[in-house]
Amino acid sequence: MKPIFMTYTKNDIINFCVLMVLGLVIIPAFIKTEYWYTSILIPWLCLALATIGQQIVMGYTGQLALGAAGFMAAGAFACFNLILRVPELGFFGSLIVSGLIAAAFGILFGLPSLKVRGIYLMVATLASQFFIVWMIDKFGWFKNYDSSGIITAQDIVILGVPFTTPLAMYLIIVFVVTILTLLAMNMARGSTGRNWMAVRDMDIAAESMGVSLLRTKVQAFAISAFYCGVAGALFAFTYLKSLEPVAFDIKLSFKILFMCILGGLGTINGAFIGAAFILLFPVLLNSVGNNVFHGAIDATIISSIEQVIFGLLMIVFMIYEPLGMAKLWETIKQKFKSKKSKK
Amino acid sequence: MVNELLFFMEVVVGGLLAGTMYSLVALGFVLIFKASATFNFSQGAMVFFSVLAFCGFMQDFNVPFVFAFILAALLMVVVGLCTERFVLRPLMNASEDTVLMATIGLGYVLEGLAQAAWGVEVRRLDLGIGDFPVPWIADNLKLFISALDITAGIVATLMIVGLFLLFKYTKIGLGLRAVADDAGAASSIGIPLKHIMLLVWSAAGVVALVAGCMWGARAGVQFALVDLALKALPVLIIGGFSSIPGAIVGGLIIGATEKVLEVYIGPFFGGAIEGWAPYVLAIFFLLYRPEGLFGEKIIRRV
Repeated sequence: MKPIFMTYTKNDIINFCVLMVLGLVIIPAFIKTEYWYTSILIPWLCLALATIGQQIVMGYTGQLALGAAGFMAAGAFACFNLILRVPELGFFGSLIVSGLIAAAFGILFGLPSLKVRGIYLMVATLASQFFIVWMIDKFGWFKNYDSSGIITAQDIVILGVPFTTPLAMYLIIVFVVTILTLLAMNMARGSTGRNWMAVRDMDIAAESMGVSLLRTKVQAFAISAFYCGVAGALFAFTYLKSLEPVAFDIKLSFKILFMCILGGLGTINGAFIGAAFILLFPVLLNSVGNNVFHGAIDATIISSIEQVIFGLLMIVFMIYEPLGMAKLWETIKQKFKSKKSKK
Repeated sequence: MVNELLFFMEVVVGGLLAGTMYSLVALGFVLIFKASATFNFSQGAMVFFSVLAFCGFMQDFNVPFVFAFILAALLMVVVGLCTERFVLRPLMNASEDTVLMATIGLGYVLEGLAQAAWGVEVRRLDLGIGDFPVPWIADNLKLFISALDITAGIVATLMIVGLFLLFKYTKIGLGLRAVADDAGAASSIGIPLKHIMLLVWSAAGVVALVAGCMWGARAGVQFALVDLALKALPVLIIGGFSSIPGAIVGGLIIGATEKVLEVYIGPFFGGAIEGWAPYVLAIFFLLYRPEGLFGEKIIRRV
C-alpha cells in the first residue's frame, strides 16, 4: 500500500484531531436544531464526499467523467444488500465492501478512458450511469424483491448500539468523511496524486517518464468510484433513509459535476465549498422568495431561477476563474496577507 | 414465418424512422462541431428551449403557426448572438474541456429560462400530422408506420442534404470548414470569425427548433426532451462528430438497434434497455473505431 498512501506527517495527525474535535464536539455543542443536521450538515458531508470522488477522476486525473450518481447507486444498494444478507460484516464493514463494489464498477467503466478522452469519455461514462441504475431497477434481487420501488433503509447499528437520531448519524458521517478526506489529501499530495496530475497535465510526457497510464487511470477511476460508493451508501442511509434507483439519476451526476467545477477543480477543499454552495444556495433563494416576496413567486419559478444562476455561474467561472471558488478563496487570502505585510 | 418477418421489418423500419429523430438532434451538434471544433453540450437544452418558445407563442399569445415558428427561429438567432458574444468570445483561447463545461452551464441557463418563462407543465404540440399508421402503407405493404415518423424522416433528409450542399459547395461552407480547421489561421486571412460563429449557432438553433417540433409532437413538449437529446451523443460517436452524413447514419443505426434489442432481447431483462443500449453500443465503437464511421481521424492518442 506504500505507493498509494504516503506516510503520515505530524501535520496530518494534528489536522485529524482538530477536524474530529470540531466535527464531533464543537458543532454538536452549538447546534441543537434537528433541521441543521437532517437538511444541511448530513447531505452536505455526503455530497462533498462524492464530490471528492469526482475531483479525483476529473480534477486530479483530468478525465471528464459524468457518472458519479451511478457509482453512488451501486454503493447504496450494495450496502443495503450486505447489511441484509451478510449481517456479520457490521455497518462499517458493509460500508467499506460496498465502496469496493462501486470501485469494481469504476474500473470496468473507467477502461474506455485508456482509449478516449474529453467528450468521448463523457459518453462512455454516461453508459455507466444509465446501466447501473437500470440494472438495480430491473433485477428484483438487488431490491430484495420489494415491489413498491422504494425500500426503507435499515437502521444503522454499530456493535449493538443503534444510531438513529440525526445527531448520531451525523457523528458517523463526520467520522467517515474526515478519515476519507485526509486520506484523499494524502493521496493527492503523494506519489499517487503526482502521477494523476502528470497524466492530467500531459499524458505523453507522463508516460515517457515511466508513469503507467493504464495503472494511473484505472486507479483513479477505482478510488473515485470507491469514494462515490461510500458517499452513496451514507447518502441513502442517513439522508434519504430509503433506497430508490430514481434518486440517483443523471441530475445528481450533473449536480456533483457542478459542485466539483464551481468548487474548484483539483482541490479537496473545493469539494466542500462547492457542495456547500450548491446545497445552500437553493435554501437561501427559497427563503428570499418566502420572506421578501411572501410567496408571490411560484416555487417552480424559483427553482428555474436557481438553475439559471447555476448555469451563469458556471459560464462566469469558466471565463474568469476556471479553478473555481477554492482558487478565489486563495486569492482573497493572499490579498489580505500582502496588505498586512505592507503595513 | 411471413408474419414474423413482417413484424421484424416493422420493428426495423420503425426504429430507423425513430432514429432520424435522433439524427435531427445530432445534426445540431455536428453543425457547431464542424464549424468551430466546439462541442456544444447545450444542444439538448436548445431543443427544449426553442420548441417550448414555439408552443408558448402559439398557445399563450395565439400567434399563428407560421409566425410562431418564425418568432421562435428569430429567438434562436438571438440566443446564438448572445452565446457568441458572452460565452464563446471570452473563451476563444480556452481549452476544449473548458468550453465544453461552459456549454453545460449554457444548457442549464436555457433550461431554467424556458421553464421560468413558459412553465413546467407538459404541453401538447399538434403539427397537424398524426402519430398513427399511414393507411396506404398499412394496406399495401402490411407495415404499420407512423405518419409522423415518415415526416421526420423526410425533414431530416432534406435538412441534411441542404446542409451538406452548403458545407461542400458554397463560399460560406468553405469559410466554416476553414474556421473549424484552424480558427487563428482563418481569421488571419480575413474570414469574419464572429459572423461565422453567429451563423453557425443560429443555424444550430433552427435545427434544434425543427428537431424539437418533431419530438414535441410525439412525446409532448416537456423537460424529458433534454434527456432524450442526450441520446444524440452515442449517435455522434457512431457517426463521427464532424460528419453530416454520419449524423444520419448514426441515428439510423442507433434507432434500429435499440428497437430490435428492446423487442427481441428486452423482455428477458424486464425491458427498458433502450435507456442504456445506445451508450454501450457507443463504447464498442469507441474501442474499435474511435473516430466514428465517417469522422476524420483527428482523435488524439491517449
